[in-house]
Amino acid sequence: MKYETQKVALPFFAVAMALFALQIVFGLLAATVYVSPHFLAELMPFNIMRVSHTNLLIVWLLIGFMGCTYYLMPEEAEQEIHSPGLAYLQLAIFAFAGAAALVGYQFGIHEGREFLEQPFWIKVLITISYLIFLFNTSMTLLKGRKTAINLVLMLGLWLAAVFWLFAFYNPSNLAVDKLYWWWVVHLWVEGVWELIMASLLGYLLIKMSGVDREVIEKWLYVIVGLSLFSGLLGTGHHYYWIGAPSYWQPIGSIFSTLEVIPFFAMVVFAFYMFWKGSRNHPNKAAMLWALGCPTIAFFGAGVWGFMHTLSFINYYTHGTQLTAAHGHLAFYGAYVMLILGVITYAMPQIRRSQPYNQVLNMWGFWIMTSAMCFMTFTLTFAGVVQTHLQRVLGMNYMQVQSQLDLFFIMRLGTGVAVTIAAVMLIYSFFGPAREQVPASSRPLAATE
Amino acid sequence: MTEGLTKAAARNIFYGGSLFFFLLFTALTAHSHWYMVTKSTDKGGLTESVELGKHVWEENMCINCHSIMGEGAYFAPELANVWERYGGHTNPEGARMAITAWMRAQPTGAPGRRQMPYFDLTDEEMTALIDFLEWTDSIDDQNWPPHPAG
Repeated sequence: MKYETQKVALPFFAVAMALFALQIVFGLLAATVYVSPHFLAELMPFNIMRVSHTNLLIVWLLIGFMGCTYYLMPEEAEQEIHSPGLAYLQLAIFAFAGAAALVGYQFGIHEGREFLEQPFWIKVLITISYLIFLFNTSMTLLKGRKTAINLVLMLGLWLAAVFWLFAFYNPSNLAVDKLYWWWVVHLWVEGVWELIMASLLGYLLIKMSGVDREVIEKWLYVIVGLSLFSGLLGTGHHYYWIGAPSYWQPIGSIFSTLEVIPFFAMVVFAFYMFWKGSRNHPNKAAMLWALGCPTIAFFGAGVWGFMHTLSFINYYTHGTQLTAAHGHLAFYGAYVMLILGVITYAMPQIRRSQPYNQVLNMWGFWIMTSAMCFMTFTLTFAGVVQTHLQRVLGMNYMQVQSQLDLFFIMRLGTGVAVTIAAVMLIYSFFGPAREQVPASSRPLAATE
Repeated sequence: MTEGLTKAAARNIFYGGSLFFFLLFTALTAHSHWYMVTKSTDKGGLTESVELGKHVWEENMCINCHSIMGEGAYFAPELANVWERYGGHTNPEGARMAITAWMRAQPTGAPGRRQMPYFDLTDEEMTALIDFLEWTDSIDDQNWPPHPAG
């Protein structure tokens, strides 16, 4: 850690991980209801668990992105953070808004558009906090060095704010509502968040592989270009069955097929840079995350997305457990692993205890990633069975669901494994730092 | 990457190309908006009651168990075509009564079955919610879902 204000990232990481833990708790509760339908039915209906699970994900990822930005911006811009005070203030506002929303949900206080359930005043608070964040980081960037990494990152963060404004627009025509709802939901996760993802990944690769910045930055532009060229019109795969014109079927099918390419490019990019790189970085755990993230994102977002993105397949699979399968692995691979990777890289430097609990962290990586993959497989099988029984044979929805019990039981099992892995990871980040490194890198670490 | 592509060229392709695709996407969205308002949805039928029904739908967060036009949670049945499923096309009064009775009877407490919470809706809200579901059923959604089972 070269700059004092990089430690601003620490409370962001801590809050993000606390919310991540809560997200997993609500996920476990919801998975339990799938297996045992009367579980908490009176106390906390399923919709409350589900809204808590999805909203926590969004909030902690955003706080994670903010933490990552505060961590890398001083190094990239060669400039201390404009105002650490503002950073703490906006974190406090954001965390308060998130917590208030979460508590409110338990008492049925919400606006019920999926993922945008936050009450109006909480949306306003989130906007205020986010604008303070953008001001603070943009000022830092303006005063300092402009690299492709921090320019693309800030562009992604700014565009996320612009598209967020559509959360305030709720037309009474349901079809029109859905048309613009995707301007937040799709344009975030399959558009501008990919800019954030690619630039953070680029940063990790520059730091850990030792490959020349020029090479990495050129790749970065190519990848984010591919992301937006495919991702903008790729929104079309959500417009097939909501009352939009039929031309979205070919447009959506073609461009969302192309959406696989930037994810594939990211895998090639990461592995090629590590292969080409001269430096053998002591933080093996962070290297593992930096390679694992694009790989799982390629499968989760790319392959599993492609699996039912063509309109004539999607006609049968839309809104089944296949969507849940794709959603879980895509978010995990692209964004959860990314932030866990940056935290893995940054924490030992923030705590000045390099190297640290790496073996524990790597076990966390393998358990969590395997469990998420297994969860995706079980939901995929469930989705295929559901599609056939319900969409082809025309069986009644609840009858079909009762055929899927075995998959839901296995899914609950994977949820337990994810929980265990999360505890290991959080302990490895914040627990007592021990000089625990993989045997292969010990001599090298000693020379650091 | 080939030697020919410089970083500056890659950057310009990114900014220029993204702007192009964004403008194209905006134009298509504008056309889709026009199409939805004039062609695929029943503009005249979008009454105050349907509007209130959408509000009831949101207030009670039905979307986090049910899906509508395939979007939402996958815990409970699809509702964009619930009107059709309850026979609303042939017997609207019967469908209305059946949906009302079903919602008033929740939770059923049937063993091993997922439980729908009891929603304390006024008669006006119940009527509005059903109006909203009936209106949603009439959206021209390219014949989705493939089967009335949802």
